[in-house]
Amino acid sequence: MATSTSQPASTKRTPFLVELYRSALGKKYVMAITGIVGLGYVFAHMVGNLKLYQSPEDFNRYAEFLRELLYPIAPQSAVLNILRLVLILALVGHVVAAYQLTIMNRRARPESYRGKRDYVVADFAARTMRWTGVIVLLFLVYHLADLTWGWANPAAAGATPYEKVIASFSVPAVAAFYLVANLALGVHLYHGFWSLFQSMGWTNRRFNAWRRSLAIAFTVVVVGGNLSFPIAVQVGLIS
Amino acid sequence: MNLTLRVWRQAGPDAPGRFETYRATDVSPDSSFLEMLDAVNEELIGDNEEPIEFMHDCREGICGTCGMMINGQAHGPRAETATCQLHMRSFSDGDEIVLEPWRAAGFPIVKDLVVDRAAFDRIIEAGGYITVDTGSAPDANLIPIEKDAADLAMDAAACIGCGACVAACPNGAAQLFTSAKMQQLNLLPQGQPERYQRAESMVEVMEEHFGSCTNMGECEAACPKGISIDFIAMMNKDYRKAKFKNRRTA
Amino acid sequence: MTVLDAKVPSGPIETKWEHHKFDMKLVAPNNKRKFEIIVVGTGLAGASAAATLGELGYRVKAFTYHDSARRAHSISAQGGINAAKDYHGEGDSIYRLFYDTVKGGDYRSREANVYRLAEVSNHIIDQCVAQGVPFAREYGGLLDNRSFGGAQVRRTFYARGQTGQQLLLGAYQALARQVKAGTVELHTNAEMLELVVADGRAVGIITRDLITGRIERHSAHAVVLGTGGYANVFYLSTMAMTSNATAAWRAHRKGAFFANPCYTQIHPTAIPSSDEFQSKLTLMSESLRNDGRIWVPKDPDESRPVAQIPEEDRDYYLERKYPSYGNLAPRDISSRAAKVSVDRGQGVGPLKNGVYLDFADAIARLGRDAVAAKYGNLFDMYASITGEDAYQIPMRIYPAPHYTMGGLWVDYHLQTTIPGLFSIGEANYSDHGANRLGASALMQGLADGYFVLPYTIGDYLAPMLGQPKVDTSAGEFDAAEAEVRGRVEHYLGVQGTRSVDWFHRELGKIMWDYCGMGRNKAGLEKALSEIPALRAEFESDVRVLGGAESLNSSLEKVGRVADFFELGELMCRDALVREESCGGHFREEHQTEDGEALRDDENFAHVTAWEWSGASGAPTEHREQLEFETLELTTRSYK
Repeated sequence: MATSTSQPASTKRTPFLVELYRSALGKKYVMAITGIVGLGYVFAHMVGNLKLYQSPEDFNRYAEFLRELLYPIAPQSAVLNILRLVLILALVGHVVAAYQLTIMNRRARPESYRGKRDYVVADFAARTMRWTGVIVLLFLVYHLADLTWGWANPAAAGATPYEKVIASFSVPAVAAFYLVANLALGVHLYHGFWSLFQSMGWTNRRFNAWRRSLAIAFTVVVVGGNLSFPIAVQVGLIS
Repeated sequence: MNLTLRVWRQAGPDAPGRFETYRATDVSPDSSFLEMLDAVNEELIGDNEEPIEFMHDCREGICGTCGMMINGQAHGPRAETATCQLHMRSFSDGDEIVLEPWRAAGFPIVKDLVVDRAAFDRIIEAGGYITVDTGSAPDANLIPIEKDAADLAMDAAACIGCGACVAACPNGAAQLFTSAKMQQLNLLPQGQPERYQRAESMVEVMEEHFGSCTNMGECEAACPKGISIDFIAMMNKDYRKAKFKNRRTA
Repeated sequence: MTVLDAKVPSGPIETKWEHHKFDMKLVAPNNKRKFEIIVVGTGLAGASAAATLGELGYRVKAFTYHDSARRAHSISAQGGINAAKDYHGEGDSIYRLFYDTVKGGDYRSREANVYRLAEVSNHIIDQCVAQGVPFAREYGGLLDNRSFGGAQVRRTFYARGQTGQQLLLGAYQALARQVKAGTVELHTNAEMLELVVADGRAVGIITRDLITGRIERHSAHAVVLGTGGYANVFYLSTMAMTSNATAAWRAHRKGAFFANPCYTQIHPTAIPSSDEFQSKLTLMSESLRNDGRIWVPKDPDESRPVAQIPEEDRDYYLERKYPSYGNLAPRDISSRAAKVSVDRGQGVGPLKNGVYLDFADAIARLGRDAVAAKYGNLFDMYASITGEDAYQIPMRIYPAPHYTMGGLWVDYHLQTTIPGLFSIGEANYSDHGANRLGASALMQGLADGYFVLPYTIGDYLAPMLGQPKVDTSAGEFDAAEAEVRGRVEHYLGVQGTRSVDWFHRELGKIMWDYCGMGRNKAGLEKALSEIPALRAEFESDVRVLGGAESLNSSLEKVGRVADFFELGELMCRDALVREESCGGHFREEHQTEDGEALRDDENFAHVTAWEWSGASGAPTEHREQLEFETLELTTRSYK
C-alpha cells in the first residue's frame, strides 16, 4: 500500500492493462468500454432489423450483406466473424468484471442493514443492474439459439432469416419473452449509458446535465425499435 | 410529540446485536435529534439501564463525528443535513424511528450506534496531502488561482468525513469521500506535482477497505455537504492517467 | 505570592523573536530523532505542532480522544484567520495587527508574545495556501479578505464559513503525511488522564483507550498540551460536547500554574436557546456582523410583527453607542450590549432571550444572491436549527460562552511552570489578554504549532542530549496510573441516582449566573459556596453505569465534569480577586457611568497565575507583571 515512490523500482512490471485491471476502477473501465461496444451493437442491430418493415427481400439481403462485409477484400464472413469475436470478448469482459465487482461489493458490506433501506436517488435501474444483466444474458443465449443457430426456431430447416423471425415471433410466448427481455435490456441500457460517463471520467459541468436525457433517448430509440418487431408480427403488421 | 424508537444495541465489536424498543415522550419539535436521544438516555440511566452509545461531538454539522441510519437513510430524511443538525420538526407525533449504525466492512461496529472509521484516515495517509514542510512555502499570493478552480476545490473540501457516503452506498464504497479529498488537491495548482501519485495511492488504499462504485448516486444524496459525484468521475480519470504516467516515470 | 518571569528576551519588540531564535540552543538535525515528544490534542495547535516536529525529525507521539485527528473542535471555527498581509493596501502592518490584538485584549496580554504572533501570522497564510487550503479568492485569482470585529482593515482570510475546518484539515493532512512517514505515532481514541512528573520535569502521560478501556503509560523527553479551552464549564456553550479541561487541569494539579481562568469570551452571535433541554449553543459566524445590523425594539412591550416595527421604534444600539465600529464592535462589548438590552426586557423571540441581526438592508443593497453567496451556509444552518428563514425575517442571536482566554500559564517559550511541559493554542494563556478578537484563535493555534513551539522546544531539549527518557516502569508512572485507576473505580462505584449530565447542567447554571457576562462580589461568593456543595453531592450521588472495559461515554464525562467543578471554583475565585473590569471579565462594581468596563491599570496590569495547593487548600496566587514597553495603556474605546 506504499506509494510507488517508496517502492523499489522493479525491473519487470506487469503489463499496464493488467495492472489497471487489478483495481476496481480498472474493472469499471472494462465495464464501460465493453458497455460502449454493446451499446453500439444493440443500436446497429436495431437499425438493421428495421428492414423487416421494408420487405422480406431487403431483410434477407441485409442478412447476407453482413456476411459479405468488405468482401472480396476479406474472405466471406471474415469481417462478420471478427465482429462476432469482438462482441464475444466484450461480453465476456463485461460479465467477468461485473462478477468480480459484485464479489468485492459483497465483501464490502458483509452484513446488510436490518432495517428497511429507504433509497433517495438510486432508482430501480441502478439497483437491478445485476438482475437485468442476467436476464439479458439468458435472453441472448435463447436469441442466438433461435435466430442465429436455429435450434430453437419453429421454422423449417432452410428457412430464410425473415421466415425465421416471423415464425418465432408468431408464437405468443416467444413474443412475450422478447418483450420482457427487451424491457430488461432497456433498464440495463439506461443506467449503463449514464453510468459509463462516470466510469470513464467524462465529466464536464456543461454537458453533465444532458447525460440522463441522452441515456433516456438512446434507450427509448433502441428498445422502442426492438419492441416493435414482435408486436408488429403479433398484430399482423408484418407476416 | 411521542415517538417509538427501535435502536440497534450491540455490546461490543463481536457481540451479537439486536433492536431494542424505547419510547421518547414529550419531545419538542425544536429539539435536535441528538437532544431527543440525550433525553432517552437520561431516562435509561434513571432506570439503571446503560445509555445508548452514539457518535457525536460538535453538534453543528462540521466535525463529522455523528452519523447513523435513521429509518433506512444515512443521517435521516433531511437532505444535506448531518444527524446533529436534524431537528424533531422533521418527524411527526407517533412516528416509529429505526436507528442502526453505519454498516460496512470498512467501518466495524464498536458499540451500539458507534463505528470505527479509521479506514478513512488510512486513505488520507496514502496521499491526501500536499508535501510542503512548515516554513518552506512561498508568498500566498505568488500563484493566482482561478476563482472557479478555488471554488470547485472548496466544494470538494467541504467533506466532513462522516462516512454517510459509505453507509448509504449499496456497495459500501468510499468513492465520494476519496474523490472529494483527492480532487480538492488535484484541482489546485499546488496539488499538481503529486497529482498522479496521489490518485494511484489513495484509490488503492480505498479499495483495500471499501467496495466499488456502481454510479447509483446514493452517496451524493446522503452527503450532508451535498458533495457532487462529479468528483468521482474526475478521480476515475486521474487514476487511469496515473496508472499510465506513474509507470513511465517509475 | 511570587512574581513570575516570562523570560521575555530584551531588545526592541520588532527584533526580539528574530534575535531570540538565534540565541536559542538548537538540536542538530541528526540528533532530533533521539528525542521523543508527546503532543496531546490534534486541533489546530496540536496537529500543526506534531506535524512540524515530525518534519523536523523528532519522534512524536500524538494523542487525541477523537476517533480521528480531524475532528478536534478547531474544525468549527467559521469566520476566518487574521494576518497582516495588507494585500489590499489599507495600511495594515504587523505593528497594526499587534496593536489591535493588544488593545482588543484590553491590555492584559504580554506584548512580546502578541508581537511575535503578528509577525508569524503572514507565514501561516503562506503555509496554509501551499498545503492546498482553498481560501476564498477574487476574480483575479488573488486571495480575498473580509473585515472582522475590532479591526478597521480587511485582514481576515476565509474559506466560506468553514475556515477552521479547512485549516484543521490542512494541519491534519500534514500530520497524516508524518504518520505515513513514520515520524509521528498517532493514538486515536486515547484520552490523557494524568501527567507524569519526575524530578520536577514532565516526562510522560497516562492515557485511557476509550474503546477498550486500556490504561496506558507513555513517556517522552517533553510533553506538549494542545488540548483546547474550558468553556464547557458553562454546560451550554458553543464548544463541542466532548471539549474539556481535563488534560490541562491534571497538569495544573501536578504543578502547572493556571493563568487568568476568569477570562472567558462570550461570543455575541449565537442562536438563543429554545428550551432547557438544549445540549449546546450554535454559533453564527461573527462575519455576519459585516452586513447584518443588530437591533432590538425600543419598547420592551413591542408586540407588532418584526417587519411592521418602523425604523424610529428600533434601537440599533451598537451603531448608536459605538458609531465608528458600529456592528463590528469587539466581541465582549457587543455581548454585553446585548445583555443590557435583554435584561431591560427588550429581548426578542418567544423567550425574549435574543436580539435581532437584520439583513434586510444588506439584501436591499447587495441583492439576495450576493448575500447568499457570502453567508448562504450560515443562513441554511440557521434555518435548519430554528425553522426560520433569515432572508425574510431577521435572525435572532444572543451571546454564548465560546472561548477561554485563560489557560495554563506559559513563558515566552510556551513552557509552563513545569519544565518540559509546554502548552499551545487555546489551552495556554498567552496572546489574547482579557478578550480575543475574531479570527485570532486560528491564528494563535497555528502560530504556536507551526512557528513557535517547534523552535522553542529545541532550547529545552538541547541540553538533554544523550539522556534517555524516563522509563515507564518508574515509580512516578506507577503512582500516576494508580491515581487514574482509582478515579475510574471510584466513579463506577458511587452508584448514585443522578446522571453526569444533570450535575454538569447544574454547575453550568451556577457558572453562567454568577461568573458569566456580568460578575459581582456577592454573586461570586455565592458561587464559591454553591459549587463545593454541588461537588459534594456529585461525589456521592452521581450514577455511572456500565464498565471500564468498553466504550462508556458516561465514564468519560464523569472525570471531565469532576475537573470542571474544581476549575469552575478557580474561575470564580479569580474573578473575585480581579477587582476591575477588563475585556471578557466585567465586574459590575467597576464600570463607567455609561456602563463601559473600567480597568484598573495601577493595581491589575498583571496576569494572575494560580498554583494548586491540594484539594482542600485554597490555591496560591502568583503574578506576572505586564510590562508595556511599546504600547501605551489607554482606555479602550470603540466609539
